[in-house]
Amino acid sequence: MTDTNTTVLDKAADKAVRATPVPLVYRVRGLSDRSIAWVFILPTIVLLLAINIFPLIWAVYLSFTNFRANRPNAEIEGVGLSNYQRVLNDPDIWQAMQTTAHFVFWTILLQMLIGFALAYLIDRKFRGHAFWTTVILIPMMLSPAVVGNFWRFLYQPQIGLFNYVYSFFTGVEPSSFEMLGSVTLSPWAIIIVDTWMWTPYVMLICLAGLRSIPDYIYEAAEVDRASAWRQFWSITVPMALPFIMLAVLFRAIENFKMFDMVVLLTGGGPGSTTEVASITLKREAFESWRTGRASAFAIILFVAVFGLANIYVKALNRVKQR
Amino acid sequence: MRKMTKALLGATTALTLSAGVSQAAELTLCWAAWDPANALVELSKDFTAQSGTDMKFEFVPWPNFADRILNELNAGGKLCDLLIGDSQWLGGSAENGYYVKLNDFFDKEGIKMSDFAQAAVNAYSTWPKGTPNYWALPAMGDANAWFYRKDWFAKPEIQAEFKAATGRDLAPPTTWPELLETAKFFNGKDIDGKKVYGAAIFTERASEGITMGATQALYANGFKYEMTPGKYDMEGAVNSADAVKGLEEYKELYKCCTPPGYTDAYMGETLDAFKSGQAAMAMNWFAFFPGLVKDENVGGDKIGFFNNPKGTTNASTLGGQGISVVANTDNMDGALAYIKWFAQPDVQKKWWSLGGYAVHNAVLNDPSFKDSQPFAADFLVAMNQVQDFWQEPSYAILLQATQKRLHDYVVADQGTAKEALDGLVKDWTEVFEDDGKL
Repeated sequence: MTDTNTTVLDKAADKAVRATPVPLVYRVRGLSDRSIAWVFILPTIVLLLAINIFPLIWAVYLSFTNFRANRPNAEIEGVGLSNYQRVLNDPDIWQAMQTTAHFVFWTILLQMLIGFALAYLIDRKFRGHAFWTTVILIPMMLSPAVVGNFWRFLYQPQIGLFNYVYSFFTGVEPSSFEMLGSVTLSPWAIIIVDTWMWTPYVMLICLAGLRSIPDYIYEAAEVDRASAWRQFWSITVPMALPFIMLAVLFRAIENFKMFDMVVLLTGGGPGSTTEVASITLKREAFESWRTGRASAFAIILFVAVFGLANIYVKALNRVKQR
Repeated sequence: MRKMTKALLGATTALTLSAGVSQAAELTLCWAAWDPANALVELSKDFTAQSGTDMKFEFVPWPNFADRILNELNAGGKLCDLLIGDSQWLGGSAENGYYVKLNDFFDKEGIKMSDFAQAAVNAYSTWPKGTPNYWALPAMGDANAWFYRKDWFAKPEIQAEFKAATGRDLAPPTTWPELLETAKFFNGKDIDGKKVYGAAIFTERASEGITMGATQALYANGFKYEMTPGKYDMEGAVNSADAVKGLEEYKELYKCCTPPGYTDAYMGETLDAFKSGQAAMAMNWFAFFPGLVKDENVGGDKIGFFNNPKGTTNASTLGGQGISVVANTDNMDGALAYIKWFAQPDVQKKWWSLGGYAVHNAVLNDPSFKDSQPFAADFLVAMNQVQDFWQEPSYAILLQATQKRLHDYVVADQGTAKEALDGLVKDWTEVFEDDGKL
């Protein structure tokens, strides 16, 4: 049976080869499997080199020059490490890094706590849990542009719903405080919006973690008369930890380069209160047009994120191996 | 088959060529998206009728205008044949070869810069500033000025209350202390059953808003960029005691009397505050005044105008732009023909009548000009006292530093006015050192 099939296939292959123009047959026949594999992946590699690797190398080159994109006729001169020195000694850039760290820390903390709590609840499989899961997921399906704009209206001190709701519960005059215009409140205004939008994403990852824990482990714990509290800390948290850590990694990378939401809500203001690193970088590169210095800043950011992510991934692998 | 292929090729070539011809008879003019741009569309219909050239327009909202157009110029794009660009762009655009130098063209066509208001020529056409090197034709004169609710100011009970509170008659303020006093008087007052606020002013952070607003107070109080013009010696000029006082007054006005939520307000927001009946006074560019006069709710008899109040001197922040030919254009002849047409006195008169701010002497010196609009007389005064921001090639860096320092102090309450201006001297010095000018 097999022989007959092989014969049929061989005949079909021969027929196909005969139907193929001769030069092409020679070319294909002349290629090894490895070469054919290269032919298939080469376009992707070329594309990656062109749009990822080359710009990166070019940015590294520019970071050692005085190049300004708005002065195409000016001579490009090498400035050594001067751009890096100036970036690292610039108090405004350190301020932006602190703002970014504050934003990343609090958004991740809140999103993990609320996201895990929601996942824990949804995992209970109560009546209508599928419907509520969908409802909870809605914010993360919206465009950041939409979210930024409508929260800007919600925070409007004279007509915004947020101020009125707060006023309803506290009795404070709605227009007496400004979420986006206040130095103390504006960072929190952005944290609230980011948490509202991305907690569902964390919830989904945590839910996957919780669902991956086999039931028999809990059953064994029940037999051993372990309390719910003990089960939570000894089974649920350790076994869901790799997923939680993965969620932290994704959100940290995403929030480290947060740009759109902050621009739409505060534009980095008031003053420079909410100016995160990505906004500073954009201003340096495309408003001040100090391309060389902006490239140095971008490389420093890249190295920082890349390094931290690597350390974190190693820690994640260690947790997974336990 | 071959015949068919040839026929198709022929048809394609013919279509391409005809498209090329129609492209040559087309001009794209780039500007900001605002009221005067609509007037220019209307005006340009005459040019199309006379020349047969189709006019296309690329209008970009103000907050993105500089980003969008400067990116286009830096990238060597061909989007714009003609550009009505901000006065501060002149230095960079001239030195980078983005604009065509128009001296020879003006000489050839008999276009005289002496036919235009001198302040406008200096601000909108020349680089280096004030020298006879022309890179643009003055297109749109503009300055920052004020408007107020004339109907509220005219209410007898409010006048009496103001007199009792301040000891003087209620009138449009002529000095910065009067402006503050008037704004404080109106702030929080209940008028026509609605809580109103003193003044809506520029506080925008991202582009140029707070700089254009705060310089009203700075210039009026004697702020200068340099001790000696052209020497970049800023210490003692930028951070003089008078300049510090001016900045403090601007912050005081912001803190005491602006509507809630106006922490990032520019042209649109101040217009909104006024049109919605929230603000007794507001600042904005003359360009918007024709639209305000026509407004059904706050225009007509309800609105009045006044120039920037005096501090130690009379001064107004310059707005406005010149029209330049983009060096990269494929239709140089068409673009120059538009400039020639636009420079004609009759066209300039029509430009003013449609809502554009012509600065041609044929318009400004016309005896009927002062009465042609309720704000026309103020416009004449303002254009003779305007001061502009740096027009240096590095203006963008200088502007960003200013935006940060001013917003940090005025809106975010960081440091003192003296520290903000000292910081500005430090930032600007660094920029000029990088440019090799210091």
